[in-house]
Amino acid sequence: MPRAWLFGQDIDTDQIIPGRYSPYMTSEEELSNFAFIEHRPEFAASVRPGDVIVAGRNFGCGSSREYAPRALQKCGIAAIIAPSFARIFFRNAVNLGMALFEADLTARIRDGDEVALDLPGSKLVVAATTYALPQLPEFVQQIQREGGIVAFYRRYGRFPGEVHV
Amino acid sequence: MPYPERCAVFVDHVAPASNVASAEGQIKARSFAREQGIAAFYESGCGVCHQLMVQEHLVEPGMVAIGSDSHSTTYGAIAAFGTGMGSTDVALAFATGRTWLRVPETVRVDLVGRLRERVDAKDVALHLLGRIKADGFTYRAVEFHNAEQFSLASRMTLSSMTTEMGAKAGIVAPDEVTRAYAPMPDWLDAPDSAAATYDSRIAVDLDKVEPLVARPPRVDDVVPARMLGDVHVDQVFLGTCTNGRLQDLRAVADILRGRRIAETVRMVVVPASRRVLQDALADGTLAILLNAGATIGPPGCGPCIGRHMGVLGAGEVCLSTSNRNFAGRMGSPKARIYLGSPCTAAATALRGAITDPRDV
Repeated sequence: MPRAWLFGQDIDTDQIIPGRYSPYMTSEEELSNFAFIEHRPEFAASVRPGDVIVAGRNFGCGSSREYAPRALQKCGIAAIIAPSFARIFFRNAVNLGMALFEADLTARIRDGDEVALDLPGSKLVVAATTYALPQLPEFVQQIQREGGIVAFYRRYGRFPGEVHV
Repeated sequence: MPYPERCAVFVDHVAPASNVASAEGQIKARSFAREQGIAAFYESGCGVCHQLMVQEHLVEPGMVAIGSDSHSTTYGAIAAFGTGMGSTDVALAFATGRTWLRVPETVRVDLVGRLRERVDAKDVALHLLGRIKADGFTYRAVEFHNAEQFSLASRMTLSSMTTEMGAKAGIVAPDEVTRAYAPMPDWLDAPDSAAATYDSRIAVDLDKVEPLVARPPRVDDVVPARMLGDVHVDQVFLGTCTNGRLQDLRAVADILRGRRIAETVRMVVVPASRRVLQDALADGTLAILLNAGATIGPPGCGPCIGRHMGVLGAGEVCLSTSNRNFAGRMGSPKARIYLGSPCTAAATALRGAITDPRDV
């Protein structure tokens, strides 16, 4: 059963993955080993595909490094749920096709809780409680459904919602 | 690539390369620029991308510019809409000449009064951060008004730091300083200010801003330098896209002239560009810094991102003129980074402990 990883507010990209572990200092293959390497050293070894991150506001603040969401994606994180995201992290995660939800569940979910994520239904089930997760705008969902902005552009030859090409 | 003439590539983050992986990344960047016919290629040693974008007039007032570095908000200093994006976004813009943007709401910041001596734009930015916090301007375009007393260099500091407030852009309303930089399109030179709508407004009383520092590990944990108590530092770092310009080096040299930094401190100075280095050499600024005991690094990002030239070990404390003091940013997660202005950096280097520049 997938679990929730609980984080506080203002989790910055250096906490997600320090710049010293960037692909240009190490290698792309190793990226998932370095997720939260200093902020939460047990994360990379014990995270399992399908786990979700539940965090406080302004998740992903700081640098533009795309390898921050990429590292979490490579760890198999199925969704990140936070009341707000820093803007570049948000774009990067959407562009990579990751699932994000803007909701504050930090007071309701404990670290390590077993969770069931229903992505198409936009719901998170924890024990006997079901939390409805607010959908992002259709524009963003279109990118996510295609698995990211590159896949979207390759398929349609335009950005979502773009009329003139 | 449809518009190679609108693209630029910079080698600045670990420049010159510090290890095999970074060297090989830079080989890729070089060959990419060559293959794609990107003439605006800036080799390691030229300087930080944001400094070069403005200094080399790659960006002009009224332009929309995106960069694969979060501090691309810097171009707001010359009334351009500059914003940071990730590498996929920028790669797609390279490939298509287009991008997607959600038009942000605008926050108006009115600068009122005059800054006191040895208080500068960095202190104004830290003051704002302390008030509105690290997500205070998330997704907003920030618009600074009444910035006449701020030089282009100071405006770049202000605009750069809006990234730490979550902003999408940090634009200084155009005026004579902007006009002196480059001619403006009519719509920008005479904007219809009555038509402007603001999400919110905030005023900064410049007379009341003091030399400030942000305590680790938060950019918004801001206190007056004088209130900090005794904080010994091991390293002082002067540089970055935020504070590595000639004006910053001169402000430090003014305080260090004829003096030596504390024996317990290492001072690392990294000019934001080769031209800054050359100008500092020509006007004697560099000699003052060297005589004071500073170490000068090659132009670029320097130790700001903890990859080379001044990496911190466990337990060490640094006063940095950069823009981020997150845990692990400059090396060991057990090192502590305080952010401050160039003047505060100079005073701190002299005393070996964080010091208000008005006290030296």
